[in-house]
Order: sequence, then structure tokens, then C-alpha cells
Amino acid sequence: MSQSTHHAPGGGLQKRIETNSILLVLAILILVSIGGVVEIVPLFYIKNTIERVEGVRPYSPLELAGYNIYVREGCYTCHSQMIRPLRDEVERYGHYSLAAESMYDHPFQWGSKRNGPDLARVGGKYSNDWQRDHLRSPRSMVPTSIMPGYPFLAETPLDGAHLAEQMRLLRVVGVPYADEQIENAAADLSAQGAPDDPGAAALRQRYPNVVINDLASKGGVTEEDALIAYLQHLGVSVNFKLYDDKANIR
Amino acid sequence: MSQDTFERGKVRIDEKTGVPTTGHEWDGIEELNTPLPRWWVWTFWITVVWGVVYCIVYPAWPTLSGGAQEGAGWSSRADLARQIDDLQATRAPILARLNAAPLTDIETNPELLAVARMVGSVAFANNCAGCHGAGGQGAKGYANLNDDDWIWGGKLADIKNTIEHGVRWEADKTTRNSAMPAFGRDGILTQQQISIVADHIRTYADLPNASEPTAEGQKLYDENCAACHGAEGKGNTELGAPNLVDAIWLYGSDKPTIVNRIVNGGGGVMPAWKDRLDDTTLKALTIYVHSLGGGQ
Repeated sequence: MSQSTHHAPGGGLQKRIETNSILLVLAILILVSIGGVVEIVPLFYIKNTIERVEGVRPYSPLELAGYNIYVREGCYTCHSQMIRPLRDEVERYGHYSLAAESMYDHPFQWGSKRNGPDLARVGGKYSNDWQRDHLRSPRSMVPTSIMPGYPFLAETPLDGAHLAEQMRLLRVVGVPYADEQIENAAADLSAQGAPDDPGAAALRQRYPNVVINDLASKGGVTEEDALIAYLQHLGVSVNFKLYDDKANIR
Repeated sequence: MSQDTFERGKVRIDEKTGVPTTGHEWDGIEELNTPLPRWWVWTFWITVVWGVVYCIVYPAWPTLSGGAQEGAGWSSRADLARQIDDLQATRAPILARLNAAPLTDIETNPELLAVARMVGSVAFANNCAGCHGAGGQGAKGYANLNDDDWIWGGKLADIKNTIEHGVRWEADKTTRNSAMPAFGRDGILTQQQISIVADHIRTYADLPNASEPTAEGQKLYDENCAACHGAEGKGNTELGAPNLVDAIWLYGSDKPTIVNRIVNGGGGVMPAWKDRLDDTTLKALTIYVHSLGGGQ
């Protein structure tokens, strides 16, 4: 190892910084904020930070309740909601996830682990009945599945008492819930559970593409119904036949 | 060395190594200020320069007008688009032939059949196996695709129609649609009548422990069931009414199951795949399902 034998003794700027703690703290702050500025500022300019897309809307009350259950049960620990722009993922799951698709999730459910498949586009892939059977007993549908069953969701009535409050809170962090949507949270919650409900038309108008379940004969809305409503909404908001990929490359 | 040769805070050259000290001294113990090896210092400065060059070429250098566009212009999305284009170019010749061939001609052409089955089997495993099973064997409430029984028809065109538009799939306007009435829940038949007609239906397929046909059962069947399931119980694929005289039962052939179906009515739901899969894949899937064994 070659070593320099001639050496200027440690003095000057370095010595002054190293021997003065205030100066050292200031220098560290300056250095770290350069890193922050370089990483964060470009996000305000780059188009694909949040793409401009049609069709993404805030969750309906029932979907929001389902989202809460998804978070509560820790579904994200085994399922990602993030189709990466890689060939094999796009061939299997469909179009890669856009930031805009999860812009109303607080917190987002991208996940980082796939013990089970990615769920970013699971909406509309299976019937409600399949989701029901599968949640209650995964291996009755997929014999090789290692997913635990969630039969208790079907037996737990949904507690929707705080959904309006939650919507109001989400509005504070930027989810564009209208007053009308917050006021009608309870009505919309029950309307999504029954196609014959008089509130169904208003619900559809407030939440386009909403999937209304036939739960009328099943004795009240359960947590399972909410979770299925949420799952059926995943990844269906953006029409990728109309979406211009090239416009959001960078 | 005696104590007085050291002065606190004074830098001196160490005699043995010729290296300066840091000037710190603790009870006679000093610290050498050995300089960093040259190779290390050079590597450090090269990585700093490399970092700057990489940021510009990648490109990731922030500018006031927006994200940098200069340099190599690489992005993961553009890279993916290129890969997909390459892939499609590779597959295009054979898939174009598959696209051009009429649906009914593919199975007689061994080469096209092999391609259709290959494309179809992958799409099936990804999209259909969840309900219909990995081998198309079905499950309770989800049709077996290997047998000769077809609820909505087993001809190529029928299968394609079912895959594209689904069954009772609300979002698709031309979905296969029919609703068996909830004879029990909606009070069309009494509990006793349902029991009688269930017993009667079980005689058609000569099921184990079936009772004898009854005149009352026949009358109830003619009035309530025959319109869709046919006078002889052979079903109607136009209406999605299953055949009741064979040994294949979607939900089960025991009496409680049949009673349950009559009480609650309705039927299974299958998603529409027209908007999720491309036309070539839909065609290949049709051929694959048709060739599983039961295609008509």
C-alpha cells in the first residue's frame, strides 16, 4: 500500500469544523438537505409522479370500509398492489400500476412482499361468490393456496359508524370528497349492498363504476361484503384502452 | 522519551514512522495522523465524478424546467415499451395467422392448434384456473370444462361468447343472462311442493336413492321448470338451463342441494374477459377450452 509520507498536518477548514460542534451540525444539515432537494424537487416536475388520468375516484363508503379491513387484517403483508413495469409482471397481471391509481389511498397498500399474488388488478377478475368462497376457505378454490381463511368476516356485521368522519379526515389530506358524499355516507353504504335500494341511482351518480352487491337476502352488510366491494374496485378505474402510455413515460 | 518532550496540542513528526501526530495526547499516548492511501483518495474522487456523470446521463439531474431529458434518456417505462414491442414483433407472424384463421379451421391445422393451445393454456392458468381449476375440472358451483355438459353451449362460437361476455356479469351489456326464480324465497312454491318436485327431478337422472316419479311432481315440473329445463329435463343452452337427466351436477345431486337451488334460484357469475384480454388470447382460450375434451 502506497502511503503519502509528506503530509500537511490537519488544520484549516476541516479542523475548524471538526472541533466546533455547532459548525459541524450546520455542515451536516447543509449536506443532507442537498440530498433531499435533489431527490424531492424533481418529483414536482416529472410527469409520471402522478399521471393525469380519467376515472380515478375516491372510494365509496362500502369500499372504504373494505379498505380499512384490508389494512386491519394485514393483507398487505402477503399481497402487493404494485405491478412493476417489468415484462413478466405486465404479461401476468396487466398494465403496470400508475401512481394515480393509488393517489387516494392513505396509507397506500403497495406492499413489498408477495406470498400471494399481486392484487392491483384483481377487481372484476372473479365473481363476488368466488371471493366469498375463497375468503372463507381459500383451499376450496385454490388447492395449493397457503392463505389463511377469514370466515369470521362473514359473521361480523360491518360497523360503518365512523365512515363519514374518516371521509372528512381524508379530505384534509387531499382526497376530494364532496360535501354531498360525506353527508350521504350512511345511505350510500346501505345502497351498495342492495340493487333494489332506492338510493342505488344516487350512489351510482356519486361513485361511477360502483359495483352493487346483492346482499339483500343475506341479512345485513358484513365485513366480508365490504372487503369484496373493495377488492372488486381494485385496478378497474383507468381504462387502459384509452390511456396514452407514451405521454407519461417520463 | 521523557514526559516533557510532549506538549499538549502540538503536532510533531513521530520519529519511528515519520508520520505526523494528531496533536492529541493522553497520559503519554499519542495518535498518528496516518494519511489515507493514495489509491483510496483517487478512488474517492473518481466515484464523485462518476456520480455526477451518471446523474446527467441516466438522466436524473434536476433542472428548473423539469426532470432532465438529456443524456441516454433511459426510463423503466420506455424500456418496458421497447421490450413489449420486441416481443410482439417476435410473436407477430404466427399470431397473425392465428388471428386470420376462422375459428373452426384452427383445430384441423396442427401447427395453429399447437400455438393456440400454448397461448390458451398460459392464459387459462392465469385467469381461469382460479374458478375452473388448474385442469379445467371445476368445483362446486364452477363448471367442469372437460365433460360433455355445457350450460351455455359447447360449440366454439358459444364458448367464445361466454368467455368474452361472461355470465350474469353486470358490467357487460351482452353478458349471458338468465335468472332462475327463487321459487322458495319468493313464495312461488311451498316448501312441500319444492320437496316433491326435487324428488321428482332426482328420478330423471336415476340418481342413487331416487324415489319413484310422481304425477304431482311431474305436474309441478311441467308448470314451473319445463319452460327452461325442457319437457324432458334435457336443459337449454340458450337459457343457460342445465341438463337434469345426466350424472353431471354443478352444485351437487343430493336432495338438500337441489332443494336449496330451487328455494334460492339464481345462478353462477363469470366475469367478462373481452376488456381484460386481447382478441388473440380470447381466440386461443376458446380453442384451449374446446380442446379440453368436451368441445362440440
